[in-house]
Amino acid sequence: MNKKQKKMLSRILLSAILLTALYILGRMELLPAGGPVRFLAYMIPYGIIGYDILLKAFKGIRNRQVFDEAFLMAVATIGAIALALYSGSGDYTEAIAVMLFYQIGEWFQSYAVGKSRRNISELMDIRPDYANIEQDGALIKIDPDEVAIGSVIIIQPGERIPLDGVIIEGSSVLNTAALTGESLPRDVKVDDEIISGCINESGVLKVRTTKEFGDSTVSKILDLVENATSRKSKSEDFITKFARVYTPAVVYAALALAILPPFVNLLFLHNPAGWNTWVYRALTFLVASCPCALVVSIPLSFFAGIGGASKAGILVKGSNYLELLSKTKIVVFDKTGTLTQGVFEVSGVHHSVFSDEQLIEYAAMAESASSHPISRSLQRAYGRKIDRSRVSDIREISGKGVTAQVDGHRVAAGNDKLMTSLGIRYISCHSAGTIIHMAIDGNYAGHIVISDVVKPQSKEAITRLKAAGVRKTVMLTGDAQKAADHVAEELGVDQVYAQLLPADKVRRVEELLDQKSDRETLAFAGDGINDAPVLRRADIGIAMGAMGSDAAIEAADVVLMDDNPMQIAKAIRIARKSLRIVYQNIVFAIGVKLLCLILVAVGVANMWLAVFADVGVMVIAVFNAIRALFVKNL
Amino acid sequence: MKKTYRIDVDCAACADKMEVAAKKTAGVKDCTVNFMTLKMTVEFEEDQDAKTVMKNVRAACKKVEDDCEIFI
Repeated sequence: MNKKQKKMLSRILLSAILLTALYILGRMELLPAGGPVRFLAYMIPYGIIGYDILLKAFKGIRNRQVFDEAFLMAVATIGAIALALYSGSGDYTEAIAVMLFYQIGEWFQSYAVGKSRRNISELMDIRPDYANIEQDGALIKIDPDEVAIGSVIIIQPGERIPLDGVIIEGSSVLNTAALTGESLPRDVKVDDEIISGCINESGVLKVRTTKEFGDSTVSKILDLVENATSRKSKSEDFITKFARVYTPAVVYAALALAILPPFVNLLFLHNPAGWNTWVYRALTFLVASCPCALVVSIPLSFFAGIGGASKAGILVKGSNYLELLSKTKIVVFDKTGTLTQGVFEVSGVHHSVFSDEQLIEYAAMAESASSHPISRSLQRAYGRKIDRSRVSDIREISGKGVTAQVDGHRVAAGNDKLMTSLGIRYISCHSAGTIIHMAIDGNYAGHIVISDVVKPQSKEAITRLKAAGVRKTVMLTGDAQKAADHVAEELGVDQVYAQLLPADKVRRVEELLDQKSDRETLAFAGDGINDAPVLRRADIGIAMGAMGSDAAIEAADVVLMDDNPMQIAKAIRIARKSLRIVYQNIVFAIGVKLLCLILVAVGVANMWLAVFADVGVMVIAVFNAIRALFVKNL
Repeated sequence: MKKTYRIDVDCAACADKMEVAAKKTAGVKDCTVNFMTLKMTVEFEEDQDAKTVMKNVRAACKKVEDDCEIFI
């Protein structure tokens, strides 16, 4: 509770006690049934509980801002008091009780919103408080903001990594749960890059920082999440517009309710006008009409949904994207790095004239100068340190392969084009993957098959997407058709487009966008490396494994912190849940409101019920909104 | 130029009113008020002094919602 809330609570209690006391006095007939004494006595609790509302309503009138809640409450309560005076009943309790309940509702709203605001912020609190630097042999703590690039910081076990950097001394295990939602420990050693926000679990690390605090991963994430709810969704826009029309409409309706029926009575039915009844009903109508439940619970639902998602390692850049995500019916994947690990491995050696190891050794030697993923996979398969003195005269032939002298032999390693250009007959391969044909001293020596490894979770991810209501899954890749078909079949992807250049990917996505209906959305999931244009073009761009990749965080609408494709289905489920809650709240709040207004207009409900309806709906809607925060089991 | 300010306001409807009022203030190109994080992001028109404009924004907001504060 803050100061304001504490003050309000004491005002509520004080006036409640006074009101009860007056009521008891009245019952014991110690208070005159009418007249100025009774009036003044009742005005004390009324003043205590309602002075700020009256003041606000007055200021509103002065500033020509009449149609707000304070105005509604002031008119309703003053009207009720005036009726009590006019009719001589001396029943002021109702007006004061209405004001009291209204204030209780406001207090509760402020408390609940403040509480959930704090809960969600705490959930997302990965901000490091300090960085340790060594000065004159002692460790001192300084603000991470003050650490310059290239400084050496020391991270002790249990501490949060304050800035992005490279380890220069020590090794440890990092807990990345705060960033990825997945508590998979990561081993790190000297020369590894580490990312701020992770927690150092075991050893002491000395780290040379590579970024300022403002540019580090943790700042970027916080920035993104904090600004997420600024991009408003359609539902929020609807509520805002609704509220802008609603309040004036209700005031005019109340006015009509107060004036029209008495006139009809007088002029046409020749009955008594019944002013008291109708003015009372009109005032009750005003009390019942406050739109606060609606206005507060919708943004709160989105905020909670985004907060819950970020806890699970899914950063959604705005409420509007949460809304779009919930309607996802088509998911387009990039293959490499998204469904596959983007790590190539030697998966077979065919038609080798030597032993398999020997052929791989020649290939690794010939490719030793290259850092291409394919070359690296050959070097990994070879497994030993490459003695560069055995290799000479390395020539890279772009788009074809390499030739080199290895141990005095002329080695050529590359694709079919290389073999053709060297005039060597080769044996084509039926396996899916990248084929490296080898020729030694001008004779064909067999080929090596290198294929990308499918992520272990990919199949499950596709199944879960289907279960989450996704109609179609599509895979785009620059790879050969055969390799692509193989992966698609293994995973159960519906449609495959292979041999695409980056520009073709955009075109394919545009075609798919044209084919779908307006109510469906298309999500594209990629690893953010050279697919930024596609990420932007799709209805929703999902970047995977984006820890540390600025370009991907920039281009995407939804950022998955780790590279597990199952998170896509989870993101969709979280979005669905949040939107379900939003719709529940809209229907519930507007429905109960309308019902109340009708009951009041026909005279079934009194002012007490109206206030209970108002506060009750708000409380339920706020509780319902908080549910969006719980996403663990989705 | 864009700047973000911390605000204090009690209800979502009031936050919306502040947004509308701020948008209408001279020198403000666009404005979003985020009730959940209690932040106001203002985009200023070119050649405008943020401090002077924000004083007007605060006055405009106070007019529509007496019980609000912008920490400039």
